[in-house]
Amino acid sequence: MATDLPIGLPELVAFVGLAGLATYAVLAGADFGAGVWDLLARGPRAGAQRNAIAAAIGPVWEANHVWLIFVIVLLFTAFPPAYAALSIAFFVPFHLILAGIVLRGAGFIFRAHGAEAAAVPSMWGSAFGAASAMTPFLLGCCLGAVSTGLIRVVDGRVLSDPLTPWLEPFSLACGALGLALCAYLAAVYLTLETDGELRGDFRRRALLCWLVAGAISLGVLGLAHTQAPRLWEALVMPRAAPFLLTALVLAVISGLSLLWGHFLVARVVGAGQVILLLAGWALAQWPYLIYPDLTLHNAAAPSATLWALLVTVPPGLALVLPSLWLLFSVFKGSDSVSDHRTP
Amino acid sequence: MDDLTAARVQMEMSLGFHMIFAAAGVAVPLMMLIAEWLWLRTRDPSYERLARTWGKAGAVLFAIGAVSGTALSFELGLLWPAFMAFAGPMVGLAFALEGYAFFIEAIFLGLYLHGWHRISPFAHWLCGIPVGLGGAASAILVVSANGWMQQPVGFTLVDGRPTSIDPMAALFNPAWSAMAIHATIACYAAVGFAVAGIYAWALLHDRDPDRTAYNRRGLVIAMVVGGIAALLQPLSGDLLARRAHEVQPTKLAAMEGQFATERGAPLRIGGWPDPNTRETRYAIELPQMLSLLATHDPNGEVLGLDAFPRDQWPEPRVVHPAFQFMVGAGTAMMALAVLWALLWWRGRSDGRWAQQQRLLWALVLASPLGFLALEAGWVVTEAGRQPWVIFGVMRTSEAVTPAGGVAWSLTGFTLLYLVLIVTLIWILRQLAHGNDREPVEAAEGRLVAT
Repeated sequence: MATDLPIGLPELVAFVGLAGLATYAVLAGADFGAGVWDLLARGPRAGAQRNAIAAAIGPVWEANHVWLIFVIVLLFTAFPPAYAALSIAFFVPFHLILAGIVLRGAGFIFRAHGAEAAAVPSMWGSAFGAASAMTPFLLGCCLGAVSTGLIRVVDGRVLSDPLTPWLEPFSLACGALGLALCAYLAAVYLTLETDGELRGDFRRRALLCWLVAGAISLGVLGLAHTQAPRLWEALVMPRAAPFLLTALVLAVISGLSLLWGHFLVARVVGAGQVILLLAGWALAQWPYLIYPDLTLHNAAAPSATLWALLVTVPPGLALVLPSLWLLFSVFKGSDSVSDHRTP
Repeated sequence: MDDLTAARVQMEMSLGFHMIFAAAGVAVPLMMLIAEWLWLRTRDPSYERLARTWGKAGAVLFAIGAVSGTALSFELGLLWPAFMAFAGPMVGLAFALEGYAFFIEAIFLGLYLHGWHRISPFAHWLCGIPVGLGGAASAILVVSANGWMQQPVGFTLVDGRPTSIDPMAALFNPAWSAMAIHATIACYAAVGFAVAGIYAWALLHDRDPDRTAYNRRGLVIAMVVGGIAALLQPLSGDLLARRAHEVQPTKLAAMEGQFATERGAPLRIGGWPDPNTRETRYAIELPQMLSLLATHDPNGEVLGLDAFPRDQWPEPRVVHPAFQFMVGAGTAMMALAVLWALLWWRGRSDGRWAQQQRLLWALVLASPLGFLALEAGWVVTEAGRQPWVIFGVMRTSEAVTPAGGVAWSLTGFTLLYLVLIVTLIWILRQLAHGNDREPVEAAEGRLVAT
């Protein structure tokens, strides 16, 4: 059985990749979510909402985005056949994701720097918001699609329909869950970066997302049962189930914290919930990169490359993590984090 | 349009587009830092304004650079999956290191652009340094990947598959150093001349005396950066061409329009290479100069395209004109840099050089030359590597994606990038006229609904 394989170098590298993906999800995912709230800004405080969002993501979105590059580079360095196969199978959604990434970044920066009295900035603002919704949705669809078994790689050739795997109901549900979680994180984070009625706006949005994400999760699990049965079975096994159960507990704690106005707890626990969900998914997926043909072992680059990659991680992180800490402490520091209740 | 051609055009367009912003990411931080340093030293408000304006322009350019670079990291696989499956283990290390450089660049850019009011002036200036270093480092590192494509080392080919992979050898491929130097210096030359042209235009047209000092100072900083780079480029270019002769003789032959292998080969200036008649007509030929430059021996042997099978020829009608243009532009930039430096030095006390109409017009006309030369140079090295994607190992035609519909992605991305360019030009013009919006800054970390 594939799951009897020893845990080795490829797993270590995959763990680093997973950590990068989880970091991307809780940082850049929230940036995407913020864009969604920008698109959906409503009511008398719509302008203030947009300002809060712009101020929140402005200094950090480019740095947060680099985690995606990190994950992609790790994928094509350490598991090149998988990267190649995904690039072929996901030719359409990857291009759409790219369009989303480009439009999100361009939209944000063009609106921020465009002249005050022109329609052009608001057009780009809509592009920013729409792209912020489309991109995490499609990323989620692709993540789900690799578990469906609809992407086959036989004799080095990718056999999959260009549209089917990522448009399967299960994949779409994963995409919707991804989007809902991004929006949830963003709203929770924003409660800590605003005050007064604005904070209340984001609290309500977060609670709404909490409900929506919960419902979608049930849908994902149900669809997994029929469309990704191997994943479903693995999710309920002792390897992955604890992560999912803990994620569920954290989700409940996060929702209650929001309700009761403990916003810092909601933020930390909310991020923790997303990390555990991804971890549970990864453990259930293991050892497959693309079920059922590509595993961590048969798609791995030679050990020399895996080692070279791993060796760069400690010094690289030693450089990056303190710098990130500096960035976040300057812009999200203690004076902007508070725990008081809503009025 | 067949998929291979569409894929090549899409990749060329994506790379060509990204290069502009990558170059900005390398050079704008240096100029920003110089301006801010001069402000901290002299308290001249022109310098502060320059630092802030270049910072804002930089913010827009960096953002587009980041997203267009992401597009490339996907397109490597989307368009050339067979290439990436082969090369990933070898070039991955360069990209991974580049990733860390991006992190540093993006993090400190965030601090620099948004931290004017949050950190001390000197700390703010210090934050600019990692942005500049990160930008230059990422350019240098990514060139290692391209260098490997030109001179693939660090593996043994067994039955068409790479074995005994040595990623460190691949990273430190011999082509890397000369290419990295030449490509990175090009960024400073391109941005310096482009920015100098903008301020030269302003000096010619702006009647407001309050802005004269500002425009002049901007021009000086731009020309110092661009001029020094323009003077260094021919040296690094010569080194690179000699390497090309050793490692990729087909590329050098195509660059120089050299069809026949000969001793005492002439240097051809201009001319149109015809691969059907195998001659380069209408060129000005300097006898023995090519042999001298390529081999340091005026009677040295230079390999012509004739020495290679026809199906291994790059297209000389693309490579030769691109090369000639690049050298011509580079020479013009060099001459203009020297001229400007002389006039600037002589007119330092009263800045009268800034009223010399012909000099200013020359700077305006030369403004795009650096970027054009940069793009032409990449055309030379990439088109000159054809028909190979990995020189001597894998043909470009073998690497292209089997997924259909590349014509669609090409069309879509071309339109997208066109829209971006148009908007970008509009935004930069707003910035130049001071009509831009201040990016929203949170006051004391909190935004309160009014």
